[in-house]
Amino acid sequence: MDKIQLGEFIKTLDKDLEIKEGKQFTEVMVPPAKLYSLARQLREREESQFDFLFCLSGVDYGPDLGVVYHIRSTRFDHVIVLKTRTSDREHPQLDSVSDIWRTADFHEREVYDLLGIKFANHPDLRRLFLDNSWGFPLRKDYVDDINIVTK
Amino acid sequence: MEKNILKVISDEQQEYVINMGPQHPSTHGVLRLVVSLKGETVKSVEPHIGYIHRGIEKMCESITYQQIIHLTDRMDYLSAHINNEAVCLTVEKALEIEIPDRIKVIRTIMSELTRIQSHQLWWASFGMDLGGLTCFFYGLRDREKILDIFEETCGGRMLVSYNCPGGVMYDIHPNFQKRVKEFIKYFRKILPEYDQLLSGNVIFHERSKGIGRLKLEDAISYGITGPSARASGFSCDVRKHEPYSAYDKVNFKEILFTDGDTYHRYVARIDEMWESMNIIEQLIDNIPEGPYAVKMKPVIKLPEGEYYQRVESARGELGVYIISDGNKNPYRVKFRTPSFVNLSVLNEIAKGFKIADLVAIGASLDLVIPDIDR
Amino acid sequence: MKYEEFGDNESLELLKESGSNVLLTTIDDVINWGRKNSLWPLTFATSCCGIEMMATGAPRHDFARFGMEVYRASPRQADVIVVAGTIVNKMAPVLKRLYDQMSEPKYVVAMGACAISGGPFFLNSYSVVKGVEHVIPVDVYVPGCPPRPEALLYGMLQLQRMIETQTIKSRKKRNESHDSE
Repeated sequence: MDKIQLGEFIKTLDKDLEIKEGKQFTEVMVPPAKLYSLARQLREREESQFDFLFCLSGVDYGPDLGVVYHIRSTRFDHVIVLKTRTSDREHPQLDSVSDIWRTADFHEREVYDLLGIKFANHPDLRRLFLDNSWGFPLRKDYVDDINIVTK
Repeated sequence: MEKNILKVISDEQQEYVINMGPQHPSTHGVLRLVVSLKGETVKSVEPHIGYIHRGIEKMCESITYQQIIHLTDRMDYLSAHINNEAVCLTVEKALEIEIPDRIKVIRTIMSELTRIQSHQLWWASFGMDLGGLTCFFYGLRDREKILDIFEETCGGRMLVSYNCPGGVMYDIHPNFQKRVKEFIKYFRKILPEYDQLLSGNVIFHERSKGIGRLKLEDAISYGITGPSARASGFSCDVRKHEPYSAYDKVNFKEILFTDGDTYHRYVARIDEMWESMNIIEQLIDNIPEGPYAVKMKPVIKLPEGEYYQRVESARGELGVYIISDGNKNPYRVKFRTPSFVNLSVLNEIAKGFKIADLVAIGASLDLVIPDIDR
Repeated sequence: MKYEEFGDNESLELLKESGSNVLLTTIDDVINWGRKNSLWPLTFATSCCGIEMMATGAPRHDFARFGMEVYRASPRQADVIVVAGTIVNKMAPVLKRLYDQMSEPKYVVAMGACAISGGPFFLNSYSVVKGVEHVIPVDVYVPGCPPRPEALLYGMLQLQRMIETQTIKSRKKRNESHDSE
């Protein structure tokens, strides 16, 4: 399916979602509550069969914290991008997709480590690179006077 | 995870946990594996990483796009050229620049030489891990020939930084074509000899056939790419699916097997070396004339938006995801590195095998640790 | 190059002039000769410099001809630790533990820009230790990113010359002064 057809397919799954035609891929803005069910449907439906999650990135969008999922189908070779945001910076919480795509296990641990977003239903959410006394370095308001030079 | 291990230890007296620490000859870098064993059989492997986490992604937010290239060199240092190419392609895609053919062909030839060089080092350390120290000396001896070619043209042996957004840094040396052709002729004669050293050896067969089988559904679900996944039947070669640079002009086949054990991961990489030589031979005689760099502004600012580019590095699919807000520094750079994803399958495929097999499985996955930690 | 012609090596001349023990007794001669010609390195490589260290051991720039034949995996059996690669905050205690486990006399070579001062990761990296000097005392610095194998060989030869100018007495003094820090 190409970008336009993917957009229409998503609308059939849930008509309230906001879909944007990016320069490269179709991007879908998903509220955190609907993420898991949409991801499950995208994986299991015959027309889409998105079975290869190739990139899971955490982003700090200013006041919000978000996660971007890049998913591909090995059968049809189309790509879709899911984006979620949460505006809670103290205790951000999202649903884990690690039982849909096993690769999300390590990626979500990395996002927790560097940005602080917790994932519900994750089998083993621990910090990956740093230890518990560090803050969350990838956040824009991470302050480290010794090492980081702010112009 | 700790609670699970402690409970298991108290139930059965024969189980214990050992630590293959960050400093270990066979972990190819600073990877710590906490292995829980019952006798000599592995029950579970838990990798602890972060011993070389340098914070490259955070650093990229305060430097310019040309400076990111020098940092990507040091991420997966064995495919340094391919890493540089990934960032350059992303920037060029964002700015919608048309790259002349000469640059594409030069980049492709250099990438394939990098791939051969990386597989040579992999072969050298694979043999060494299994105990055959001869492989180390043979592999590194021939890798020096490729490093000589790099040094003549790019100035650096391993960390080249030869690509830059808009082209390459210098034109190729006049000796380049001659030396590459000599190297290919030499390596074609000598690769069967090396292969015979390991693949003709019955001890190697016993240590690798049937060990560490990776099923196709697992490979897709865990996101494994590269020769490790192609040995299980997952067709994921970026050079075929989404050709970049000059890969759409050359004929080569994608190496696929169905067994997915250590032996086939080994054969997949050796066959990839043959295919790389075929690609170089098709391109080396007809390098088109033209400029070696497109004129770019000194300060590069990407238009606002998000850009993703993937390339095939020696370990798998490398993805660069740049979010730009219009300034001269990127807003967020994310590197989807192949070794990070390939490591996650180690627990799944090493269960039930002996601890000596764990070393063979880890070596056949071809992990480079700074690639995991960035 | 002949040893006598090596005139531009300021540190060696300084060592000689300060009277720090060049050839005091025959026993010192023999001990130093034995130590410098069979330095056994520890297998310690964190990142890219590790590959250049392996290339120095490879057939083209073979450093077995200088006596560094065997790489020991256990710190108890090694003489010199070549810190090749970046040291980050999580790895620093491990490095200190390895260094403490080595037995006297032990030497440290800081190879590459990352081990000397943090290298390309000096600015704006939140977890890199800016120079391995902060963790263990260093004898020889080998600059480069990565240093060529010939540069590492030069560094090891400097280390050998440094060992030659030492006696048992001065070695003890050096260690005491660092332990008291």
